[in-house]
Amino acid sequence: MEASIFQYEFIIKGILGAIFASITAGLAGTYIVSKRMVFLSGGITHASFGGIGIGYFMGINPVVGAAVFGIFSALGVEYLSVNHKIREDSAIGILWAFGMATGIIFIYLTPGYSPNLMSYLFGSILTVTNADILALGIMSVILVSYFSIFYRTILYISFDEVFARTYSSYVDVFKYITTSLIALTIVLNIRMAGVVLVLSLLTIPPNIAMIFTKTYFKIVIWSILSGFVGTFAGYAFSYSAGIPVGATIIFTLVILWVIAKCVNHIITKISYPRTGSIRL
Amino acid sequence: MALLFEMHSLSASYDANLVLQDVNLEVCENDFIGVIGPNGGGKTTLLKIILGLLKPVKGEIIFNTELLNRNAIGYLPQISTGDSYYPVTVTDIILSGLMINKGIISRMSSADKDKADMVIDELGLTGLGGSTLTELSGGQIQRVFLGRAIIADPRLLLLDEPANFVDTTFENNFYEKLKELNKRMAILMVSHDVGTISSHIKSFACVNMNLHYHQSNEITNEDLVAYGCPIQLVTHGDVPHTVLKRHK
Repeated sequence: MEASIFQYEFIIKGILGAIFASITAGLAGTYIVSKRMVFLSGGITHASFGGIGIGYFMGINPVVGAAVFGIFSALGVEYLSVNHKIREDSAIGILWAFGMATGIIFIYLTPGYSPNLMSYLFGSILTVTNADILALGIMSVILVSYFSIFYRTILYISFDEVFARTYSSYVDVFKYITTSLIALTIVLNIRMAGVVLVLSLLTIPPNIAMIFTKTYFKIVIWSILSGFVGTFAGYAFSYSAGIPVGATIIFTLVILWVIAKCVNHIITKISYPRTGSIRL
Repeated sequence: MALLFEMHSLSASYDANLVLQDVNLEVCENDFIGVIGPNGGGKTTLLKIILGLLKPVKGEIIFNTELLNRNAIGYLPQISTGDSYYPVTVTDIILSGLMINKGIISRMSSADKDKADMVIDELGLTGLGGSTLTELSGGQIQRVFLGRAIIADPRLLLLDEPANFVDTTFENNFYEKLKELNKRMAILMVSHDVGTISSHIKSFACVNMNLHYHQSNEITNEDLVAYGCPIQLVTHGDVPHTVLKRHK
């Protein structure tokens, strides 16, 4: 009897977690994939690990530490690249490793209690709390509102920033807000997928969507749907096999992507047959 | 002809690097001015000043606000600024030209969408409204960006190297189109392709740090001293021919 209540709770948590993770990752992911910010997002993710370490060391919630680190590193890279002061990819590379180093140093400096590193690196169902699910839920509401209210403004700035500057003086404001929201989305999803794997949670669903559709809005919708299928299946797989949830989610998503690619290839072959031949 | 804007001894620079010096220019309704000059001479900078993207370090630009404000300038940037792999349709790109009259919270009405369809038809892009840029040829992409520049019915159209990616079959159509548009708006066209544009423009300005304005469309070797080196000049007589200035 106790087991079934536990299972019921697990299923609810799994469904809600999968819904919120796929909504936030679908919206943020479509943005970073379209704007080719995947590498920058990787930098933000790993920089935030520094915040996790410092959070542990100072005895505050590691997610808060990660959020502060994530947002500041995102704004920093965005600011420096706007002002052309640095080589952006090099700066991201440095930030990436610096975040991981800082995190490890502070986790090892923390006296006594040694946190479960694996759960932050690869995600863990057991450490996902109701508060984490709630935070992801709130983030979903914020992101959905933000993107639907400012849809065209965000879309056009991200498509052609130079042109957007000719009609709007809010280009930088929107860039900073959007990048901060992306950083927060990444940090909150670290609890689901882990530092190492969270980036794929954002990038694989839009790439599945782009196989079948080509406009921004439809890519968002299909990303959320494919993200949900992958996340929930990964969650269930993780629970039954006792494997870190980040790994099972990404594994499922990649399988989905491969299947989508194959289906698309077959459809194309059938719809547009090449019946001509080359004679030698 | 009513004046749209004028520049008085205007200078512009990027940090310590002076690009334009003491430039004077008047642009009136129905002008069709070709802006020529060597690469790095300040042609694009001139457009940036007009668009308000760059503040002059000295001098001033005065708009005749009765006829022209920032909302009434259409701009066709060099093609590289928009990412052609971005998942956005032709219709949506053209609609972005209307953002100039809208706030940050903007919806496109069905009237806006009808307007976009009209522009699409006018520029010979019928049926491509739902396509993304990757499905288009270079010339078609250029027309999409031209559509974005003209959908808000500007009084002044700024074109930055419009011929760069135009396929030759469309090039003549493109200039015909500009001639038609010139009846409704003044055009300022930046180009390094001196020969091709001379037969389409009404007057021209040579920009190489300084600006020399010429009230005709006949570009002579003397006008080209701004380049500071021998250049090839193509003239359009009964028989198009190429004149090469002798090296000294």
